[in-house]
Amino acid sequence: MGLLAYGDTGWGDELFFATLMTIAVAAAAMFIGFFLAAIFATLKLSKFKALNLIGSFYTTVFRGVPELLVIYLFFFGGSGAVMYVAKIFGYDGYIEINAFITGAVSIGVISGAYSTEVFRGAIQSIDKGQFEASEVLGFKKKIYYYKIIIPQMLRLALPNINNVWQITLKDTSLISVTGLVEIMRMSYIAAGSTRDPLFFYSFAAVLYLFLTFVSMQLFNKLEKHYSKGY
Amino acid sequence: MDLMIESLPRLLNATKLTIELTLLSLFFGIFVGVFFAILRTGKNKFFYYIAYYYSYIFRGTPLLVQIFIIYFGLGQVEWIRESFLWIVLKEPYSCAILAFTLNTGAYSSEIFRSAFETINKGVLEAAKGLGLNKVHTFFKIKLPIAIRQSLPAYGNEMILMLKGTSLASTVTLLDLTGVAKYIISTTFRPVEVFIVAGGIYLIMTFIIHNFIKYLEKRFSYPQ
Repeated sequence: MGLLAYGDTGWGDELFFATLMTIAVAAAAMFIGFFLAAIFATLKLSKFKALNLIGSFYTTVFRGVPELLVIYLFFFGGSGAVMYVAKIFGYDGYIEINAFITGAVSIGVISGAYSTEVFRGAIQSIDKGQFEASEVLGFKKKIYYYKIIIPQMLRLALPNINNVWQITLKDTSLISVTGLVEIMRMSYIAAGSTRDPLFFYSFAAVLYLFLTFVSMQLFNKLEKHYSKGY
Repeated sequence: MDLMIESLPRLLNATKLTIELTLLSLFFGIFVGVFFAILRTGKNKFFYYIAYYYSYIFRGTPLLVQIFIIYFGLGQVEWIRESFLWIVLKEPYSCAILAFTLNTGAYSSEIFRSAFETINKGVLEAAKGLGLNKVHTFFKIKLPIAIRQSLPAYGNEMILMLKGTSLASTVTLLDLTGVAKYIISTTFRPVEVFIVAGGIYLIMTFIIHNFIKYLEKRFSYPQ
């Protein structure tokens, strides 16, 4: 247990901060994913065939291609793309994107593809009468979406959002290949310097189990809260 | 464009390993999955909990951790290195397959378990009434119904496993993702390589998707 001591003698504090990093990347990715999902779910539900196609293209590609390949795309291509855009605006220097942003964006794009399907499914499962009633009552589209449709949608989507969160949380382990010091990367460093990979990778597994367990409890509470009155 | 054409043969060549890893893991995984699903639906509390925690642990941790524990971790234990297990655990190839098998086994055991549980009780009573013994009831009645029931969910699991094999590249294997990464890191042209490698993955996903659809049609019973 000395290996896990908090401070200079053990890896306890390092692993603690690495766990916070995992949570931070996962939360950022989830947030980016929701943002993308709101856009692409709207495209998928729109009346125009071309927009539907764009939405389907996004979800098919990022749910069908391995996460690792997507991470490599953003890791090796991210700063190039940003520099290309910067050049158009007249900036000619070298821009480096830090590992956190690369990780959050690449996992976020994947997470967003799953969330898109969740949002789409939830909106479609809302009774048509709700839309018609809102319109008959004279609500503007913007207002009834925010006040009537989305609150109902969230309740239906919650169990699936829980699933997406679990996937996203586990996917963050793959960002370790870019050098971002989250749980996996820290365990790799600790395993290398102590020559005890079995212990540190098993401990990493325990940390992930802890995170998935705690978030499951939170989601269960939320689900109970939002299904009051049903 | 040149790079895309140039890298295509190398990526296709690496696809063989990806397909091999996927098929072998799925094949072994089915047995693991059915085995633990039976334990989950059985009456013995002890075996029930073993199966429960197996699936809980493998579904609650990232696949990357599982591969690293098996490949880097287990090799450090002395008695494992001296036992017959070392034949399996010293090669990254067999370690990857072991990790994938255990991973997909955990997910499939959940799929099969819920399929077994949804079997109508009347069907089982009818089997009993007709005088079928336990083994016959399992192989001739329960299993076929469960297979049909679990097809859609299992199709998703197959696609997840196909994507999961990309992690073999983290333990030095040169599968499709491994070779793609190598080409990207030597040419610094990620977009072109992503399009080709991603395209190959999407084609495989498409094939699995349609294969499952075909099976679903084939095995659907008249309503």
